[in-house]
Amino acid sequence: MVRIDQLTQTHLDILKEIGNIGAGNAATALSGLLGKKIDMTIPSIKIVDFNELMEYVGGPDTIIVTVFLRIQGEAPGTMFFVLSPEETNSLVEQLLGNRDFRAEEMMEHELAYSAVSEIGNILSGSYLSALSDFTSINMQPTVPALVMDMAAAILMEGLVEISQESDHAIIIDTMIEDGENSEHSVKGHFFLLPDPDSFNKIFAALGVLDK
Amino acid sequence: MIITPSIIKVGIADLKITKAPNTLKTSGLGSCVGVVIYDTTHKLAGMAHIMLPDSAASKRETNNAMKYADTAMDILLEGLKKQGANKFSLKAKMAGGAHMFSFRSENKMLRIGDRNVDAVHSILANFNIPVMAEDVGGNKGRTIEFNIETSMLEIRTVNSGIKII
Repeated sequence: MVRIDQLTQTHLDILKEIGNIGAGNAATALSGLLGKKIDMTIPSIKIVDFNELMEYVGGPDTIIVTVFLRIQGEAPGTMFFVLSPEETNSLVEQLLGNRDFRAEEMMEHELAYSAVSEIGNILSGSYLSALSDFTSINMQPTVPALVMDMAAAILMEGLVEISQESDHAIIIDTMIEDGENSEHSVKGHFFLLPDPDSFNKIFAALGVLDK
Repeated sequence: MIITPSIIKVGIADLKITKAPNTLKTSGLGSCVGVVIYDTTHKLAGMAHIMLPDSAASKRETNNAMKYADTAMDILLEGLKKQGANKFSLKAKMAGGAHMFSFRSENKMLRIGDRNVDAVHSILANFNIPVMAEDVGGNKGRTIEFNIETSMLEIRTVNSGIKII
């Protein structure tokens, strides 16, 4: 059993590679959808307690737009695709040509809601299928849910499974960004949070589990 | 001596005890429950930000006791007693226990918000502490602040403004 405090550099590099492969695939999908060049950052791995995680996203009160899904199968975990309300606005603008859209109205705006949900759906699906292919681990996403609310309220509900076993989460964060237009850029963060028991499965599947 | 009121922040899986004129605040309650136990005579109050209903269901031992309803309430009551609270004049208010994602609510085990609220209710009943007011359930995140001087709990949500109970 690999515990959080026993992770070696090799383990962390593998988790980064997972973020790389998943987000790379998602960036390609988004690029195809928007007909634009999409950049991505080098993934970062953070081992954080719950309060640190909230600071990481800008504080527990920060309003975020999130597509949330649970990963079921051999290596369960939680995944979030996080956008700020402003980034959601520019995404909707690019998808629907609606310049006056405000994220605050998203829950009432059916077309925008389903457009953002669908983007989240496609991106998280391509992230996970790349991951599943790479590790040969069977991963099935639940139907994604789209919510806009306070960061802590959203993220903590997604962390219920993790919190039952641990006070820390390992977060694999990759950002994708619309590279052409800096004024109306869309930056989205993928947060992948494997359940504590899933790390062994992932490491074993990639042949680096220390005996 | 003039005491400047300060806002005492309670983190996730955390609890704090303080006296008036200070206020107690915790941010972004989703399925988590924020519980305030207060003593109006001594102008003393404690707030806990609870994540999970039951410490016995935990698989590991090294966990933070302030995370669970049962253990957090024990610590909170012990702390209030130490600061001179009268056991018989304690009252409670609570908020939180929402379901942020509708698809999760089909399975009862996953309705963690409801389970947190139920757990806090039964623990408070065991200690004979009356719940004076509550704002629980729904699908909105809440930020709460308790004014010890007035015993009022202010609840802020993203879309529905401010509510005071």
